[in-house]
Amino acid sequence: MKKRKVQKTYQEINEKIRQRKVVVVTAEEMIDIVERHGEVEAARKVDIVTTGTFGPMCSSGAFLNFGHTSPRLKAMKVWLNDVPAYGGIAAVDCYIGATEVVEGDPLNSVHPGEFNYGGGHVIEDLVAGNSIRLRAEGYGTDCYPARRSERNITLRDLRDAILFNPRNAYQNYSCAVNQSDKAIYTYMGVIRPRMANANYSTSGQLSPLFNDPYYMTIGIGTRIFLGGAQGFVAWPGTQHNPRVTRGENGVPKSGAGTLAAIGNLKNMSPEWLVGASMLGYGVSLYVGLGIPIPILNEEIARYTAVKDEDIYTQIYDYGKDYPHGGELKSLGEVSYKALRSGKIVVNNKEIPTAPLSSYYKARQIAEILKNWIEKGEFILGEPQELLPSDGLPQTR
Amino acid sequence: MSTVTKKIVIRYSADIVEQPITCQLVKKYDLDFNILKARIFPRREGVMVLELSGTKENFEAGMRFLKEKGLKVEPLSKSVTMNVEKCIHCGACIAFCSTDALSIDPQTMKVIFDPEKCNGCEVCVTGCPVRAMAVDLSV
Repeated sequence: MKKRKVQKTYQEINEKIRQRKVVVVTAEEMIDIVERHGEVEAARKVDIVTTGTFGPMCSSGAFLNFGHTSPRLKAMKVWLNDVPAYGGIAAVDCYIGATEVVEGDPLNSVHPGEFNYGGGHVIEDLVAGNSIRLRAEGYGTDCYPARRSERNITLRDLRDAILFNPRNAYQNYSCAVNQSDKAIYTYMGVIRPRMANANYSTSGQLSPLFNDPYYMTIGIGTRIFLGGAQGFVAWPGTQHNPRVTRGENGVPKSGAGTLAAIGNLKNMSPEWLVGASMLGYGVSLYVGLGIPIPILNEEIARYTAVKDEDIYTQIYDYGKDYPHGGELKSLGEVSYKALRSGKIVVNNKEIPTAPLSSYYKARQIAEILKNWIEKGEFILGEPQELLPSDGLPQTR
Repeated sequence: MSTVTKKIVIRYSADIVEQPITCQLVKKYDLDFNILKARIFPRREGVMVLELSGTKENFEAGMRFLKEKGLKVEPLSKSVTMNVEKCIHCGACIAFCSTDALSIDPQTMKVIFDPEKCNGCEVCVTGCPVRAMAVDLSV
């Protein structure tokens, strides 16, 4: 292990938070600090760098416990505002998934379908305090004789409501173009034919996992900003894949790490959990997520100073290649600086770009998190186990 | 002489929908027009979105003519709205807005809507993931 000039512990930084002496900056502000003072001096000055992302994260949902009726019911099938929720867990529990479409939706029978309501919208309605029609059916047992229950509920009425998102905060994501001759409607938005636009979806230099590319600080138990409240990293996310091609700065050049996030839905806000309708594709949920990165040493300081111009992703054809499946052929590599400039060049053609994730809201999340920590309202959670790096350089 | 180019919405009632009115804007007032959208509803009322160009005087006289004929005329910008409470400033709309009426401010990274550039195509209405855009071309 390299000898480091700066070494801090979680305990030391948390003590500084308690004493209101902690120095917190956002990932955007850190770029300038490291450029001006160098990574060692930056690591001495700064204790925490805050990050943020606000994008459509399909792999999201909530566990709800809606309490017993009289007579009792073992809810086997559950609907919330006519959106099916998974009822195959205990008697009065269900899981409402973000991408579940409302029953009776015409889907894509008239293409492109509008998908105006679904699980993501139910979650937004719940955190907004709106009344939700709960409908449940069971088959009747000696202990749970009722067959059916229908009532209005609000988030306050629920005994428990836990947001549990199996895959959030993707570390990098593809840039989508369409080489076919017709417009396509995808989870990456509307992509016009003959490469008339290119869509992308990360907050780049503000994105949590770009600022800790080897997961040196992020793992199970890391306290995070989730949906406007404090939540936690619960586990590596599904499809977490650290072993991808990386730049010299350690940043993956294609989709890599992910995390599973958990938090109390009752404390969250509709400003940071917003139902999404993706034309011709389906429903989803915009999730606001931010992670504080403790600057334990100068190496971590250097990683948190990563800039859009040093973060690359691959351009893929969603018109033919992607739907076909199998190995995808990259049409080229592009930096987030270029993507955010509004234009990129692919095969000598200039293409306008559009994001799906909100940089504006990501910036707000990083600021809010910074504010919480400065006020002593948010203490770092030391991970019990880091996200797997599978032999990549990882230090504690 | 200064020329103006403006996009307007004209709403026809059923009794005049079959009269040749728009062509009078050319004949009498020397205005160029470009029909961006025209609809007739089941009860025979109609809505038309026009881009009109001509001298300021002619444009104003043309507008007076339309109003005297009993048509409701208003700038297109009044029929297209962005719900700033709903907009999450993701920028997905930039991909399909063909007139650059929707754009991202590179400093604030907020989505800006310029109603003057909008041609009322309505693609943003269902294209916006959070349904923050509304175009009201009803009668």
